[in-house]
Amino acid sequence: MNKRNEKPRTLKSVLRVPYEMAQGPAWTHFFEGFKQKKILGTKCNECGRVLIPARPFCPRCFEPMEEWVEVAQEGTIVTWSYVNYTYFGVTADMIPQVPVTVKLDGTDCGWWGGLIGGFDVKNFDLVNEKVKVGGRIKAVWRDKVEGNMYDIDHWEIIK
Amino acid sequence: MGRMGRAVAVIGTGQTKHGRRDDVSYPDLVREAIQAVFEDAGITIQDVDAIVYGSMPSMMEGVAFNHFYMADALRAVGKPLLRTETCGSTGQSIAQTGIYWVASGMADIVLVVGSEKQHEGDAQATMMTIPDKITLPMVGGAPVAFSMQSREWMGYFNIDEAKAREAAAIVSVDCHDGGLNNPLAHIQMKVTKEEVMNAKIITYPVRLLDVCPSSDGACAVLFASKDKARKICKKPAWVKGMGFRGEEYYTGDSNKAVWQSTIGAAQEAYKQAGITDPRKELDVAEIYNPFTYQELILMECLGLCPPGEAPDYVIDGVFSPDGELPCNPSGGVLCTNCIGATGLIRLAEAARQVTGKAGPMQVEGAKLALSHAMGGLEQFNAVTIIGSKL
Repeated sequence: MNKRNEKPRTLKSVLRVPYEMAQGPAWTHFFEGFKQKKILGTKCNECGRVLIPARPFCPRCFEPMEEWVEVAQEGTIVTWSYVNYTYFGVTADMIPQVPVTVKLDGTDCGWWGGLIGGFDVKNFDLVNEKVKVGGRIKAVWRDKVEGNMYDIDHWEIIK
Repeated sequence: MGRMGRAVAVIGTGQTKHGRRDDVSYPDLVREAIQAVFEDAGITIQDVDAIVYGSMPSMMEGVAFNHFYMADALRAVGKPLLRTETCGSTGQSIAQTGIYWVASGMADIVLVVGSEKQHEGDAQATMMTIPDKITLPMVGGAPVAFSMQSREWMGYFNIDEAKAREAAAIVSVDCHDGGLNNPLAHIQMKVTKEEVMNAKIITYPVRLLDVCPSSDGACAVLFASKDKARKICKKPAWVKGMGFRGEEYYTGDSNKAVWQSTIGAAQEAYKQAGITDPRKELDVAEIYNPFTYQELILMECLGLCPPGEAPDYVIDGVFSPDGELPCNPSGGVLCTNCIGATGLIRLAEAARQVTGKAGPMQVEGAKLALSHAMGGLEQFNAVTIIGSKL
């Protein structure tokens, strides 16, 4: 196909696009709760489930979820992983890290969005010994909360 | 969901050589698959009524709505063109879109094409844009998401870590052996169980040889109505049934160890195909397995073995090349993952198997095959059953 002995070229290119995303009434109130170091779920009047993060409407019943419930800051580990590779947004200084899905007491779903911390999580054997599906953890907040998903600094193992 | 409409046949398949394809532009790559499918089917673009195309989100390769960019390579001039995309399950969704078109009677021959050129961009960066930035800003990376699902499954069924590890290693060895039989596969190398079990941890429990590659490649399939297929094709394959199911956006809203969208999609497809005992009735399965552990979950949720018991079945060799139901003789996703094409490659390989055209990958006498794909944050599953008889 290439009879001219030219090495096919590549072109380097970067996309950088700014956004401003509306959080709506439900997520706005959810993160206002974070500013007081509270975790607020919403309850469906139809099926009775309490969901985290708070939802404007129930994904199964499609009814508005307007009843707010403060839920526990402790819960049970549904699953976890030990991330030991770098990828976009996760640099070498950030790994290994231990993402976790937690089912908070008083809620009816798992919640993925945080990392286990409070001990040497870079030590895999220690992680695999301490972090168990079914084990208990609690939220540890940052000193200065700003009302976003980064306000919970990490999840700490409890007995 | 009801029965299928008109009968639909697969009358041709075409694939590129998969791998790192810096040697050609993206449209050149797609053209390669198009040339291959027309050569296989022995028809021309004049015979085609409509075209379906799909890929991952367009920023994967940095060109938005790339069905515009691909229009010439797809031979879309003067034809109806649809784009369908459902993340990892795109390859099956485009196939099913084409099948709907023929089954409805609105088209007699449809060209379906999926492609990806992962080396042109940062695939994980694109995937980081799939979860929203407001409530899931730190969630991303396909290996993380699917490893979390794997650990959930092991915990839910209380599966011994060492046993799951051994079974996942067997899946890896079998797939890599399959890749060696597939001249188009991206990864072509022999691995041993020990190498897989001792490879570097990527996202526990997943290690390096449990993970698919990032591939460039394209796949094209021609679907036809019964009348056209009988006129054009000596040995068509037939679509026996298909299913697709979605789930809630947040992964934690349901139990991913008993994956409802896989179960629902498979049951729908089996019902249409008249399959009641899939492990016994199917001859071969092409399962979307970017991660070995996930294939174990899928074997269960596709109904190929009881829940929580996939490791036992794998260790017993049930899904190995000489077993009762060989899985991924093509090397599967573990050896080639050009994502937008991947689910369609599963269907193409299923069709080649039931028509005896799979060459060194051929499962002797295969008559009924399963093809599958999954996508999103553990959110979508698709199954299409392909058979040798109408």
